[in-house]
Amino acid sequence: MRVQRNMILAATLAFILAACGSQPAAQPTSAPAEPTAASQPAGDQKLVVYSGRSESLVAPLFEQFTATTGIQVEARYGDTAELAATILEEGANSPADLFFAQDAGALGALSAAGLLAQLPQATLDAVEPRFRSSQDNWVGISGRARVVVYNTEQLQESDLPTSITGFVAPEWKGRMGWAPTNGSFQAFVTAMRQQLGEEATREWIEGMLANETKTYERNTAIVQAVAAGEIAVGFVNHYYLYQLQKESGDSLPVANYYPGQGDVGALVNIAGVGVLTSAANPQAAQELIDYLLSAEGQTYFAEQTFEYPLAAGVPADPRLRPLDEIETPALDLNTLSDLQGTLKLLQDVGAL
Amino acid sequence: MATLDRALTLSPARPQPRRRRPWPLLGLGALVVAIVVLPLGYLLLRSLEAGPDAWAALLRPRTITVLAGSAALALSTAALATLVALPVAWLTVATDLPLRRFWAVVTLLPLAIPTYISGFAMVAAFGPRGLLQRLLAPLGVERLPEIYGFGGALFTLTLCCYPYVLLTVRGALRRCDPAMEEAARSMGDTPLTAFFRVLLPQLRPAIAVGALLVALYSLSDFGAVSLLQFDSFTRAIYMQYRGSFDRSGAALLALLLVLLTLALLALEHVLRGRPSMSRTTCAVPRPRRLIALGWWRWPATLYCAALSILGAGVPLGVLVYWLVRGLANGQELVSLWRAAGHSLLAAALAAALAVASALPVALLAVRYPGRLSRLIERGAYLGYALPGIVVALALVFFGANFAPALYQTLPMLLVGYTVRFLPQAAGSVRTSLQQLNPRVEEAARSLGRGPLAVLGTITTPLLAPGILAGAALVFLTTIKELPTTLLLSPSGFPTLATLVWGSAAEAMFARAAAPALLLLLLSAMAMALVVAQERTAAS
Repeated sequence: MRVQRNMILAATLAFILAACGSQPAAQPTSAPAEPTAASQPAGDQKLVVYSGRSESLVAPLFEQFTATTGIQVEARYGDTAELAATILEEGANSPADLFFAQDAGALGALSAAGLLAQLPQATLDAVEPRFRSSQDNWVGISGRARVVVYNTEQLQESDLPTSITGFVAPEWKGRMGWAPTNGSFQAFVTAMRQQLGEEATREWIEGMLANETKTYERNTAIVQAVAAGEIAVGFVNHYYLYQLQKESGDSLPVANYYPGQGDVGALVNIAGVGVLTSAANPQAAQELIDYLLSAEGQTYFAEQTFEYPLAAGVPADPRLRPLDEIETPALDLNTLSDLQGTLKLLQDVGAL
Repeated sequence: MATLDRALTLSPARPQPRRRRPWPLLGLGALVVAIVVLPLGYLLLRSLEAGPDAWAALLRPRTITVLAGSAALALSTAALATLVALPVAWLTVATDLPLRRFWAVVTLLPLAIPTYISGFAMVAAFGPRGLLQRLLAPLGVERLPEIYGFGGALFTLTLCCYPYVLLTVRGALRRCDPAMEEAARSMGDTPLTAFFRVLLPQLRPAIAVGALLVALYSLSDFGAVSLLQFDSFTRAIYMQYRGSFDRSGAALLALLLVLLTLALLALEHVLRGRPSMSRTTCAVPRPRRLIALGWWRWPATLYCAALSILGAGVPLGVLVYWLVRGLANGQELVSLWRAAGHSLLAAALAAALAVASALPVALLAVRYPGRLSRLIERGAYLGYALPGIVVALALVFFGANFAPALYQTLPMLLVGYTVRFLPQAAGSVRTSLQQLNPRVEEAARSLGRGPLAVLGTITTPLLAPGILAGAALVFLTTIKELPTTLLLSPSGFPTLATLVWGSAAEAMFARAAAPALLLLLLSAMAMALVVAQERTAAS
């Protein structure tokens, strides 16, 4: 009797599952058929994208691209560094055509492993040299500036030091927050090592630790802590403030501060793309890059993420300091892949 | 007293006469383990490429400190989770606790909450300036003590993981023959002393397995430890991948974690004790007479409620808060049906595959003990304590380079889940097998049934509760799994877990909340099915 009931239960469950499963399974087969039916030769093309940028952000853009070109986009979403590691493991057998990374370091790592193909000069020329690979094998799509967020009820902009190195002064003790495990922060420390040298970087981090800088896991948490007055300043990327404002719906007592010109604190990292040497469909990958760099693609990032558009003359959100007024440190963004030393440094001084 | 003692000494199953292992069983077990230890092969391969820097990093004193800290966290979490879960298991199986089936479902729910959500919820609720502080603010509480670090990680992981002990112990309790307790009670034991003297020894294997699952899961966890800023070994391994793209350095660290896993397995072997007692009488226990709690049912209910609120209620509250706030600000929700279908399909198939793979492993370990069987059983645990990203990348490597036709397909994804979560099924199946008297099977054999027929018609149906518990564990763990799902699923296969992750990463919390809530709902329904089956099985 019991066995019978179990079997009925199992059969019911299996039926429900089959019902749930068959529906989605049917979709992918029917979906690609439509563009072909629209008799567009390019409709047969399929582009595989590994995206370190999240689905909720870029999927609408990919849909728009498919509608315009008829090229189907098959996207795999994940953490940028984990996807980079995945491509490194897959090697020449990678199904991916294009890698959309959240930071330059991941692209640099693939570039160093010889997995990225040369891009045409016209594509490269669409963005300033400081936001593309010195090896001509990846290009920035949007810019992410390092800033200092501060609580406007506790501080005025004139209270803040001109250089990021000024925060080791005793008056900042216990009033700051950072996210040492965060990729953007580590890229920033890497840049600092390139700019100021190992010794100065170590001294800065030790000074910050001595100042009891609070550790957070995520940038959003830092901005929230600054808004709540838990800390007075935090070290983050520029767009978190605007995302949080959009999310919470009210204006927060927080503002962005851009440290001194040419200072390492003025680093602008990128989110960018590269085509794999093993790509089965480099043509379609190139078309997607062109689309991302078009006015339409650039406007999308400017409006959705508040990042800096890098091409097609699209202006940034008016609340941001314009990109041409930021004198970024002279630095090859490819070198941001040299994180081994950064990790070791952060661990040695006990920041990690 | 003497009678009772004799009853207890009689009941442990006699050591089995050594039997030859049937080769199909051995072959199956070996095949399962060969697949499960693939990540180990990958780690050895990668560690061979490690440069002097990586070796130097491995031998720094800091590495050992972090490893010791992780081991301490794993052991403490296992101990605390056991203490927390045991009363709930006993209350929901053996007593007349009001609403006990409701509590049986609700107290299991934390299992379905991804640890990065629980971690976030804990910080949001109990952080220095969290919700609790705001509630206490009128009383003049300016700041709560920091929850970051070992204490916070222990607290959060215990709340996430105690259901592992709960589920395995509940299964074992339900298989215990109430006759022994009743004998003890008739000799003058109170329910409490009978619990400690008679029931607890019978539960020892189940407790050991549950605690092992908790300890190893804590070792592999990344979400909770990173949000609560505890410096764990898994966090260090993730850092290697995320920060430096250094796969060989990460491999060396992961190999150390494998060693720690082996040590924990050996410890569990000691704690598990001798082969457990099995009933000598009939195969199916008669329904137990529920212990009347009397006045004690109020503190007991309070305990279950408090645990449910901390483990499931707080994360649930945070999710609902995100959802409402986001909706109020005009965020749109996306359709979840497709993702829900994927989640259910993948988790249910993974549960089935894991249980099917666990059967030969557990059968070998319990019915045909010996060095080879033990090797196979231990091998099954290797993937479990490794961080998800390590297992995922190992399968990426083997899949892309040696099985391109299977790479990023549903079968490959299911294999990935099985590699990660096989021990949850194997542990549950093994404990129920230990409580099943082999003489029942022998009787069937002596009456002329073949070994496979016995497995199909006698052993498996009698193991049903254990199999179901194992399947439930795998289902709940799989439905929230992230790293393997992201890297190995077929293209265009969003699941609820990946939707939660994708939206939370972009700080779109309302969008993250909706799939997370649906994930919880589906898990609760699956748990309700399991508990309902318990009732039909008992009647």
